[in-house]
Amino acid sequence: MSSTQTHHTDPQTATLANLAVSPTGFVFDPRTGATFSVNPSGRALLEGIRDGLSLDALVDKLADDFEAAGADLRRDAMEFARSLKDQGLLPNTFELA
Amino acid sequence: MRAFTGTVAVTGLNATDNPGPGVAVIRALRADPLFQGQIVGLAYDALDPGVYLPGLLDAAFMVPYPSAGRGAIFERLAYIKHRVGLDVLLPTLDSELPAFLDQEETLRAMGIGTFLPTRAQYEQRAKARLHELRTQHGVAVPDSEPIYEAHDLIRLGQRMGYPLVVKGVFYGAEICHTHAEAVGAFHKAAAKWGLPIIVQQYIPGDDLCVAAVGDGQGGLIGAVPMKKLMVTDKGKGWAGVTVQDEPLMALTRDVMRALKWRGPCEVEALRDAAGGYHLLEINPRFPAWVDLSMGAGNNLPMAAVRLSRGEPVAPQADYIVGAAFVRASVNQIVNIADLAPLSTIGELHPDSQTSRAFA
Amino acid sequence: MTTHTDLTKAVDLSRKPKPLYARPTLLRHQSGLMNKMGTQPRITPTDAIDGVPVSELVAQYGSPLFVYSQRTIEHRYRELQSNLARRYPKVQPAWSYKTCYLDAVCRTYHKEGSWAECVSGMEVNKALRNGMPMNKVVFNGPAKDEPTLLAALKGGAVVNIDHFDELAAIEQLAKTHGLFPKVGIRLNMATGNTPRWDRFGFNLDNGQAWDAVRRLQAGGRLSLNGLHAHFGTFILDADNYTIGATKVTAFVNRLKRELGITLDYIDLGGGFASQNRLKTQYLPGDQVTPSLAQYAEAVTRGLSELDYAEHELPTLITETGRGLIDEAGTLVTTVLANKRLADGRRAVVVDAGVNLLYTAFWYNFEIETTAPVVGVPEPTVVFGPLCMNIDVVREHIMLPPLPVGTRLLIRPVGAYAVTQSMSFIHLQPAVAMIGPDGQHAEIRAAETLDDLVRNERVPEWIEAGPQPAAGRPATPGRPGTPVLPRLTPLSAADRAIRLN
Repeated sequence: MSSTQTHHTDPQTATLANLAVSPTGFVFDPRTGATFSVNPSGRALLEGIRDGLSLDALVDKLADDFEAAGADLRRDAMEFARSLKDQGLLPNTFELA
Repeated sequence: MRAFTGTVAVTGLNATDNPGPGVAVIRALRADPLFQGQIVGLAYDALDPGVYLPGLLDAAFMVPYPSAGRGAIFERLAYIKHRVGLDVLLPTLDSELPAFLDQEETLRAMGIGTFLPTRAQYEQRAKARLHELRTQHGVAVPDSEPIYEAHDLIRLGQRMGYPLVVKGVFYGAEICHTHAEAVGAFHKAAAKWGLPIIVQQYIPGDDLCVAAVGDGQGGLIGAVPMKKLMVTDKGKGWAGVTVQDEPLMALTRDVMRALKWRGPCEVEALRDAAGGYHLLEINPRFPAWVDLSMGAGNNLPMAAVRLSRGEPVAPQADYIVGAAFVRASVNQIVNIADLAPLSTIGELHPDSQTSRAFA
Repeated sequence: MTTHTDLTKAVDLSRKPKPLYARPTLLRHQSGLMNKMGTQPRITPTDAIDGVPVSELVAQYGSPLFVYSQRTIEHRYRELQSNLARRYPKVQPAWSYKTCYLDAVCRTYHKEGSWAECVSGMEVNKALRNGMPMNKVVFNGPAKDEPTLLAALKGGAVVNIDHFDELAAIEQLAKTHGLFPKVGIRLNMATGNTPRWDRFGFNLDNGQAWDAVRRLQAGGRLSLNGLHAHFGTFILDADNYTIGATKVTAFVNRLKRELGITLDYIDLGGGFASQNRLKTQYLPGDQVTPSLAQYAEAVTRGLSELDYAEHELPTLITETGRGLIDEAGTLVTTVLANKRLADGRRAVVVDAGVNLLYTAFWYNFEIETTAPVVGVPEPTVVFGPLCMNIDVVREHIMLPPLPVGTRLLIRPVGAYAVTQSMSFIHLQPAVAMIGPDGQHAEIRAAETLDDLVRNERVPEWIEAGPQPAAGRPATPGRPGTPVLPRLTPLSAADRAIRLN
């Protein structure tokens, strides 16, 4: 199994960069052995944050990838980042640009 | 007899240190030369060990817990039938049976065969009502009483004396030597399985088990008695041998006749120091050692599958005495990616590599 | 390159539609807790009740909203009545008022032929205003007030005596008013498989019930014409009814044999379980709750040995409440907020809580969505709207993320939820009923602030307004604003008096 290669080495998102993510949304943290499920929008956000996208860019990405009329994508993206922090996948000091 | 070619779904793949019977049932089927069907495992946890035994399953599906209700369970079965076909359902866990009792017609209409007890039979063998077999049918059963309040343990302690056995309504039995222990066991079992709690007189002696299939008319299709040779700290047989024990078989026949039992079961009994036999429990499903019946030349899971399909099965009294099993714990080496399909999409098709690899 | 881009755009139109967005979820796997096929709400949402769209009901009556199905009420009643009548010649159900005493509900049962079973003066008066004559009222309970008791005795109600003190009080009342009433006594007994239910009535097993009959006869004022027994509540094993009814039957036969007493009725109470799920219950109702036919069979089997000629058999009165109405009631509620608790669990806040569902303390209700919700179900706590820590509707249920404004159905809540609702923090919501042809109406309007304060009184000395303390200048207040009187500390002597 090979982890996805990252384009940068931001220590803030280093843990995310090391995660292995399957197409079905199975997530493996090789550092702790923890496994997770993400749904498709969660997977898009996880990959976006890992790639260093700003909050605006994440919102655009969700709007591009999904039929999301009426959804509060900004709130959802921030809440998802919170979940990543709660699960120890992002440091608590991380802020979306 | 003809070869069997349908698809069979089996539950109870939790082959842990307190194993579900699923793996043993499937191994018995696979070992039968006339079994040429497919086997689908129904899992409650993506880590049910049986799922990852090489060569055991043709496919595995997550299914809702029994507590999700019949609607959710049947909806899932219909989906599985649609995905891979499903001809016979062989439930192997106590707590999932109520969902399927008296549903034979509905399941048959879905094209799924079963061979299970009626609700009335199931309820009569319930631990909470086992004592009725003594009063109504003269079967030797130790003194027992279902209770709803821990307070009743004072009265039962005086009547039965210590030690006594505190049992959960579905699973678990704890031998308690003091009132305080019994109260603890009461609350522990109540929190896990609800009420009532069954309190049973403790009789020292040899534990004996019989795997059996009843024909629903009061007769036996087949039965294989086993004496445990090695027991874990949870009281589970880890090794055992088939024995020739006529009083035990007579007790089993009495139980089948009294209940008109239909389908698989395990009769647990005890032989006291004076050679008397006492019925301890009737489990409404195969035991986790039922592959021993295959080894003893009386393949009970295969009989259950054929009966579920509606094929006639002639009673078979013979079995090999001295057939033994020794259970082993093994570690199965898989890739973490192998766990992904069941935990994300809820199904696994070992032959297909799609959805397994990571991006 | 430009050509290439244009082509992509052209092709874009024929692409398959983008996937539907669902709120993002990240679910940590925990063995034993990660069954995503687990206890999730029914996959197909329920968007209508008896064919009436939930959206229409909410638009008209608001949220939260209790909804009763008249069709279900009638269907269940007829099912019980016919199942009993098939097995026993004289059957008379009496609607258990406390289970739901809304007039429209009670009158539906009365129209079907049901009597009224009441356990307080208020309930008896409600039955009378619902058109029940007193001789179709069953008056039970440990606390019957004297005026109602007198009216019941005079009017020929079925009165079931609960304890010796009540027996003496009824005798006294009869003497005072020159009456020689017929009465019943309530029995209690062990039925084997259900928690003991011995706080009401006279114990059959230890001979207390026999003593009560002898005592009643000795008084020379009352005559025994019936027996009442109630074996417990939410009884999941129907055999308890056979055991109980068999014991009652033996008692009835002994009364006839030894004392020459023949009875007009045997009232075997209620206690049938609904499809609801107790917190101590592992499997849901569809797998454990006996059918009305099974209950009817169990009850009447126990009566088969009655030593009476067929045409002289006592009437079998039943007081089934929950088993008849629970499934007829739904609580519509609306999602107010989603939360993430500090321990990572998802929580959802809805507009109906334990103020409307006192029963949530012992049931795990089903919660259904009314529209398709996309997203992964995860363990969720469902909180009510009260600013109180105890306000939890479900401690643990698998739910997908629910957008604010999502309507949910909580069921079954037909039994006790309305009668036990309280006006606490929030006013009580409307109750609607759907008729057999899909017509619907409010059967109780939503409570208003005026309703809430109608019986409140503010004593004069508070009402009077500012009373500047003597010898002090008046405290200047804002113009038009009343100024509260200054509180003076109690003297030691005053304090001693107040505290005693």
